[in-house]
Amino acid sequence: MSGANIREYKGLWVFVEQRDGQPARVSLELLGAGRALADKLDAQVTAFVIGNGIAEIARDLISYGADTVMVADDPVVKEYRTEVYADIIVEQALSGKPEIVLIGATWFGRDLAPRVAARLRTGCTADCTELAIDTDTGLLVATKPYFGRNLMADIICPFRRPQMVTVRPGVMESKAQDRARHGEIILVVVNIKELDTRVKIIETVRSASEGVPLDEAEKVVACGMGVVDEQGFEAVRELSDLLGAQVGATSLPIDEGWISEDRKIGQTGKTIKPKLYIGCGVSGAIQHSAGMINSECIVAINTNPKAEIFNFADYGIVGDVKEVIPALIKQLRTLKE
Amino acid sequence: MHTIVFIKQVPATSEIKWDPKTGTLMREGAEGVLNLADKHALEAALQLQEQLGGHSTAVSMGPPQAEEALREALAMGVDRAILLSDKAFAGADTLSTAYTLSLAAKKIGSFDLILCGKESSDGMTAQVGPQVAEFLGLPQLTRTREITIQDALVRIKQKIEDGFRILEAPLPAVITVEREINRPRIPTMDTIMEAYRSKEVTVWSAGDLEGDPELLGLAGSPTQSRAVYTREVKKGEVTMLEGEPDEVAGKLIQALQLKGLL
Repeated sequence: MSGANIREYKGLWVFVEQRDGQPARVSLELLGAGRALADKLDAQVTAFVIGNGIAEIARDLISYGADTVMVADDPVVKEYRTEVYADIIVEQALSGKPEIVLIGATWFGRDLAPRVAARLRTGCTADCTELAIDTDTGLLVATKPYFGRNLMADIICPFRRPQMVTVRPGVMESKAQDRARHGEIILVVVNIKELDTRVKIIETVRSASEGVPLDEAEKVVACGMGVVDEQGFEAVRELSDLLGAQVGATSLPIDEGWISEDRKIGQTGKTIKPKLYIGCGVSGAIQHSAGMINSECIVAINTNPKAEIFNFADYGIVGDVKEVIPALIKQLRTLKE
Repeated sequence: MHTIVFIKQVPATSEIKWDPKTGTLMREGAEGVLNLADKHALEAALQLQEQLGGHSTAVSMGPPQAEEALREALAMGVDRAILLSDKAFAGADTLSTAYTLSLAAKKIGSFDLILCGKESSDGMTAQVGPQVAEFLGLPQLTRTREITIQDALVRIKQKIEDGFRILEAPLPAVITVEREINRPRIPTMDTIMEAYRSKEVTVWSAGDLEGDPELLGLAGSPTQSRAVYTREVKKGEVTMLEGEPDEVAGKLIQALQLKGLL
């Protein structure tokens, strides 16, 4: 596939997801990562934000690493809708010609990015965990974990622009806020009328999440295949409470309905970096480990001494969670008294 | 009501092989199964058909062996099955796949709805559904947990990060469904036999689709796998704690206390 004048495309854009005027954490992480990539290309970083009543956010985005902030502020884009947001971004991308576009791989980003990429007839690599600039070609190299054990793929988009990627929350580092940074704020005119939109939002219901969000917890106790029944799961929950931790899980306990989907860790769930991670009956397959490998201290409890998780754990216990967890609970209770 | 369901045959977990030259997945010779998420899309189509009447068509792009996935769709109850199979389609990324599927939808002609599973278990990008919607110029409704159709309008319940939204769009539309939307039916022995004996899988090649041949397959894919490799995940030495449950529990608590984690 050959493309148009790809040399005309300059600069790196970060699409910033916001709610109630607050940027999503992943967007700040992408500004940090984007800044480092852009510096290698000697390029500018543009933060692109869409919403209503979001004037305040622009300065913050400069302090987190943006050189320019493009703001589309209009009642018609108050709530996210795929086509309306895509129309605005595509129009600006066609004239602004960014070389790279980074979008957080949240539900929102995974809905938006492929639509934008398809309209621009360019490539979009989903759910990346690492980004680099190839020193020879200047191409963006996007690394993502793939199906199967520990399989990684490096994806490039050599002939089309922009090079688009969605990046998993929690894998990149945001820069420390620098309020002395200067930048330019550009207002994007929104020409879309509510009458012209096809998809209507009839209702939005936000449920208060149970406890601290998993990706912000300092301690996580994760429940895997080795926790075979609901009773075992309740023990995990009790252990977690005693440690002041949050409960996470691999796919199985979620499929069983013991715990809600926002507690899933791994390729199709959250990426976490807690100070303490305890895997209970977790084998450590890439589907899960991709989301927890950067935890500071990893404790693994598993009956199988050859389980993958022992290859990257700090402390390992070969044993049955049914016996080890109750023993831990008993001693932690004594400790608390 | 005519629903098209796009489905994919994916490799069974143990059968992953990569072509070291092209960096793409080698599907020839690997055992394939119907992508689990797609069964939920098929089930959603069949339930709508039961409520509203009409018919359903399952379409898959893949090597000749992907016919198996379409037979499974027929066994579940779809009326018609079409396999898009041609060497020209091989090595497609999400954009090229979505383009090819959109050409098939155009050739099928009249439809009210396109359903897709949330994502495939191999690529896991969740991009093909939205990109099909773009190529067809249709609204996209993703992460769907409920579908209601009335008067050429569809309402869906969409899962969002911390809750849900009710969205409404005109038909035709492209909908991707979440696993929670339903429990896929399990075909009976009779319907399986019928799917093999008395139903047909139509095969369309690149020549049957009216599109730009340069946008098909590997040649039409803007993204390329430069390298596929396994990564050793090793952080350092693991300290194994040994003994009876009470003993190891004590050792762990002590270790965590020393690290200031309790």
